[in-house]
Amino acid sequence: MADEMKDMVLEYVIDEYVDEDDDEEIGYDTPLISSGIVDSFSMVSLKVFLEKKYKISLPDNEATPEAFDTVNSICELVKKFQG
Amino acid sequence: MAYTDKARKQYQEQIEEIKSKGLYKEKRFICSPQDAAITVEYPEGAPKAEVLNFCANNYLGLSSHPEVVKAAHEGLDKRGYGMSSVRFICGTQDIHRELQDRMSKFLGMEDTLLFPSCMDANSGVFEAILEEQDVIIADRLIHASLVDGIRLCSAQYDTFKHMDMKHLKKKLELHSDKRHVLVVTDGVFSMDGDLAPLDEMCDLCDQYGAMILVDDSHASGFIGKTGRGTHEHFNCIDKVDLITTTFGKGLGGASGGCVSGRRELIELCRQKARPYLFSNSMAPPIVNASIKVIDLISKSTELRDKLEWNAAYFRKGVEDAGLCVRPGNTPIVPVMLYNAKLANDMSRDMYAEGIYVIGFFFPVVPAGAARIRVQLSAAHTKEHIDKAVAAFTKVGEKYGILGLDKKGIIDKYGM
Repeated sequence: MADEMKDMVLEYVIDEYVDEDDDEEIGYDTPLISSGIVDSFSMVSLKVFLEKKYKISLPDNEATPEAFDTVNSICELVKKFQG
Repeated sequence: MAYTDKARKQYQEQIEEIKSKGLYKEKRFICSPQDAAITVEYPEGAPKAEVLNFCANNYLGLSSHPEVVKAAHEGLDKRGYGMSSVRFICGTQDIHRELQDRMSKFLGMEDTLLFPSCMDANSGVFEAILEEQDVIIADRLIHASLVDGIRLCSAQYDTFKHMDMKHLKKKLELHSDKRHVLVVTDGVFSMDGDLAPLDEMCDLCDQYGAMILVDDSHASGFIGKTGRGTHEHFNCIDKVDLITTTFGKGLGGASGGCVSGRRELIELCRQKARPYLFSNSMAPPIVNASIKVIDLISKSTELRDKLEWNAAYFRKGVEDAGLCVRPGNTPIVPVMLYNAKLANDMSRDMYAEGIYVIGFFFPVVPAGAARIRVQLSAAHTKEHIDKAVAAFTKVGEKYGILGLDKKGIIDKYGM
């Protein structure tokens, strides 16, 4: 289940943020925000996706660049709000 | 006096942190009017140097144009120095109205509202016209002032990959249930110098019933065959709903900005946009000089034609010299270096050669995309450009990057 979520989030990140001609490899622990792959402005797309997909509401003070920095940390955040 | 030692120490640490990350912005003093050739004191306290300026937004060379300066003097004499008021109390003169009307006509829009700057226009426009049930869909590389304005607004927002029309279409489909959809883009992107494909964007907006806002600050006055902007270049003047632009770049270079577009949207900005309601009017000398700028560029395309020639001539020069240049057809020519230290070192060496350019790196541009951004001006002569190309060739040779592509430079210097 946990890996399913990681795969789902990773697939979304690649589809949403990586250009088709970019050969950058992204894994569960690849820094997304601090490396510049995802910027704090476009992070909103990911937040909306997570809220819709997992039927949760992520408060702004929790949906921080730090919490969104890797697929692993994103999944931990989602799990916390799934209860 | 509550500025404690503890507070001072904490702020000093913040400044040191900025320095340690290599992000500290140094002071540079220009001791002459803004022009192609300027006198600079850099670093602070160093002897003044005569250098050629290749990093100003002075695209049309109007910053110190004699007719523009004369018009500023006339504005000062006829309408005074300042308004001591926001627009809606007692800060609107007949010349503010005239400039608004002239801008509407120049840009091909229904109405225009002046702001103290385009940053203010971008800060105020979204909250004035959109609410919670609306959505903004923005290109990911839009200017920081648009990002700030979007964040100040209660509407939802989403982003699409830079100039990726397939991705924009996907987002328009995703948000088709919202009341109003506003697509937001720069006309010319300031770091890469690329042109947003406005014709395709307008077609998509038509298809999905969305509005479009274009920040044309790096286009107004010179993009398009008569300099109206990106919408003229792509032949879609009547399809753009809102344009924000500045008088601080090509259109004279002083300050001030505006929102231009559909009558009702401009009226709502006049009623609700906070920077319009709570910040001072544009000063009369600047308003009068801006009217003169519109006069000059409406009568003749000479300046934008010269700028176009200069940009093409410079681009060919540095490409032929073997530098790695991002493709494009605007006066913004990014010489790509990828490595931040290399961009910094080369810009310092260019200054020693008498060419004033600046290195840009993360977070101003994406990580691994450091460059020297060169900006051409109609004020540059062929000799100025020859000197700049010669300096780039000499400095490029010193660092061994001539003839290298992206991979070659990264292999040599890393990202």
